[in-house]
Amino acid sequence: MASATAAAAAYDYEDVAVAGAAQDLGYDPNFVPDSVKSFVVHMYRHIREKNVYEIHQMYETSFQTLSDRLFKDSPWPSVDAVAQYVENDHVFCLLYKEMWYRHLYARLSPTLKQRIDSWDNYCNLFQVVLHGVVNMQLPNQWLWDMVDEFVYQFQSFCQYRAKMKNKTEQEIALLRQFDQAWNVFGVLNFLQALVEKSTIVQILEQEKEGLEQFTATDGYDYSGGSNVLKVLGYFSMVGLLRVHCLLGDYQTGLKCLQPIDISQQGVYTSVIGSHIATIYHYGFASLMLRRYVDGIREFNKILSYIYKTKQYHQRSPQYEQILKKNEQMYALLAICLSLCPQVKLVEEIVNSQLREKYGDKMIKMQKYDDEAFALYDELFSYACPKFITPSVPSYDEPLVNYNQDAYRLQLKLFLYEVKQQQLLSGVRTFLKLYSTISLEKLANYMEVDVPTLRTILMTYKHKTHAVDADGKITSNADIDFYIVDDMVHVVESKPSKRYGDYFLRQIVKLEGMINELDRVKLE
Amino acid sequence: MGRELQQQVSLTVEQLVAVNPYNPDILNDLEDFVKEQVSSVTYNLEANLCLLRLYQFEPEKMKTEFVAYILLKALMAMPAPDFSLCLFLIPERVQMEAQFKTLTVLSHYLETARFGQFWEEATKSRHILETVPGFEQAIQNYIVHVLSLTYQKVSRPVLSEAINLNGPSLDKFLEHQVSNNGWIVDKSQSTGELIILPSSQFNHPELKRNSDETVPLEHLTRIFPILS
Repeated sequence: MASATAAAAAYDYEDVAVAGAAQDLGYDPNFVPDSVKSFVVHMYRHIREKNVYEIHQMYETSFQTLSDRLFKDSPWPSVDAVAQYVENDHVFCLLYKEMWYRHLYARLSPTLKQRIDSWDNYCNLFQVVLHGVVNMQLPNQWLWDMVDEFVYQFQSFCQYRAKMKNKTEQEIALLRQFDQAWNVFGVLNFLQALVEKSTIVQILEQEKEGLEQFTATDGYDYSGGSNVLKVLGYFSMVGLLRVHCLLGDYQTGLKCLQPIDISQQGVYTSVIGSHIATIYHYGFASLMLRRYVDGIREFNKILSYIYKTKQYHQRSPQYEQILKKNEQMYALLAICLSLCPQVKLVEEIVNSQLREKYGDKMIKMQKYDDEAFALYDELFSYACPKFITPSVPSYDEPLVNYNQDAYRLQLKLFLYEVKQQQLLSGVRTFLKLYSTISLEKLANYMEVDVPTLRTILMTYKHKTHAVDADGKITSNADIDFYIVDDMVHVVESKPSKRYGDYFLRQIVKLEGMINELDRVKLE
Repeated sequence: MGRELQQQVSLTVEQLVAVNPYNPDILNDLEDFVKEQVSSVTYNLEANLCLLRLYQFEPEKMKTEFVAYILLKALMAMPAPDFSLCLFLIPERVQMEAQFKTLTVLSHYLETARFGQFWEEATKSRHILETVPGFEQAIQNYIVHVLSLTYQKVSRPVLSEAINLNGPSLDKFLEHQVSNNGWIVDKSQSTGELIILPSSQFNHPELKRNSDETVPLEHLTRIFPILS
């Protein structure tokens, strides 16, 4: 196979920019240390024996340990060098290379040739899966990582390609030659094909009627079949959501996710990375669609979940990523709550974390002066996805960088929305103080004329009423009002303290304490 | 024969989008479909986003006339945020073109309920807006929607300015609303005519059910072991 040797050839390639330095230092792609030999031999055996537990252990722990010990700043041995230990098994070699590139992307910086070869490898791997010749059982973690990494490498490629200014002629020649590599149609069609071929949407439908099991077994197949296509198809829906968010197509992104009911636990919650990616992108898309309450609700749920379970992930290779997304989601929550002050939707623990991180900024964001806009800008820029321009650049025109274009456009449109809402927090503050007030008086307080006040009040109504996916309108306002001719009547939706939640918590606490006391007595 | 058969089973554009939303070959069908939506006063956001996406992927194929149609149709879909959804996909340099700047200004006035300014600007851009049948009516519907969210009772001059109708045409409009949508015209006021808009949970917020007090079952299950 052409691409089997491609990996090895990659090192010889002249354009080894940054990665080169480290790789040249005594890295011999053909040298296979004993520990690696043992790793692939065992991994191969466990895969053949469908021992998911052991595969998962080796994948999560051994691979990391070996990487830390032997391959901190060099790639793993080439696939050609290890193939002999795994009976040259085609599919195993594809999987090995998938990990090989992922490790390379994480620890070194890939050359263009390596990016292209990694694309080839994904093509071959997905092709094999789509043709249904894979009968393995792989851990969800790994399958999620494949989809996640596939989308990440696509994003990374687009960013790389968009920095045209300092491309060498050689690189441009290569880009032209391999114009199908990480092509946006190819990427989307692979994800879409995995969704369709796996019939995952139908499976989830049938599951609702009790005709099929998927969630109950976490997607695994315990009757001798393979989980690979099904679960890859499942995670590809999250992958599609993410790609569409990167492109600024939030509506389509949410549509891709629709078959997964995120109000419930599901296979997407079985892997922390997938759980976070799903909710982060769902919440971000909701924010951009002005469905602030949807965003707040889901951010609240996952942030509280992360808060409670963080400690179990401390040693996981994803820990840093978890913390980063955690911080980003607090920033997005701060934005949502500033535009739509529905604090009662947020649990105590999340709220106290939020105040600690963004309390001061959120107060300033209510002011809608230049400093406030700068803060919206700052939080958005910190927390948004790494937007991409998917199109191929023109190689003939003077080469310019366009890697910031997509981000700038999304930021600009978001800030535009913020500006449209700039007078709303002011009017809200006044409305809070009155049960009825005449337009004239309110206009006076706000230092505008009555016609302008009418527009502000109508804008308030329009912006606080979200249109959901089915076109249904729901109010997101905590302070609501109506006008009878020239008189404003204010209706405050009672800031109902969550007594239920509070009491439940206290009951559980008390019970714990009583149990503790009982134990003391016994001793 | 085979060809005839193919003709018969040829897919509608909606089906084409559903079958493969990432297919560059349906670009022309989607463009035709935009025209069809314009002439038949129908709307399909999904198909339009699909076309904008194809333009985004292959900018050299973009035809701005279709982008303009899509944006006009998106304005007509307000209060849904479709206009923004489309802008998210249109490169900034294209948005800088005069015709799109105009549309952005129009959208801004509608979003911030400055209806007087909207109609003023719309008059100036009549040549753009008149290319799309039903535009004015759709915008009026949106404005009526916002008024109905806000007012229980609105005076005639305020209504008149918002929907840009007066005199006999306003009377005709009111007549229609009275007989079809439950509006009431109250002429007994000394200060002038008051229009009573149909009540909903939005202009009568107290009608909204207060469901905040309920505790979801999944929370209750936490104390089941204690209660037993």
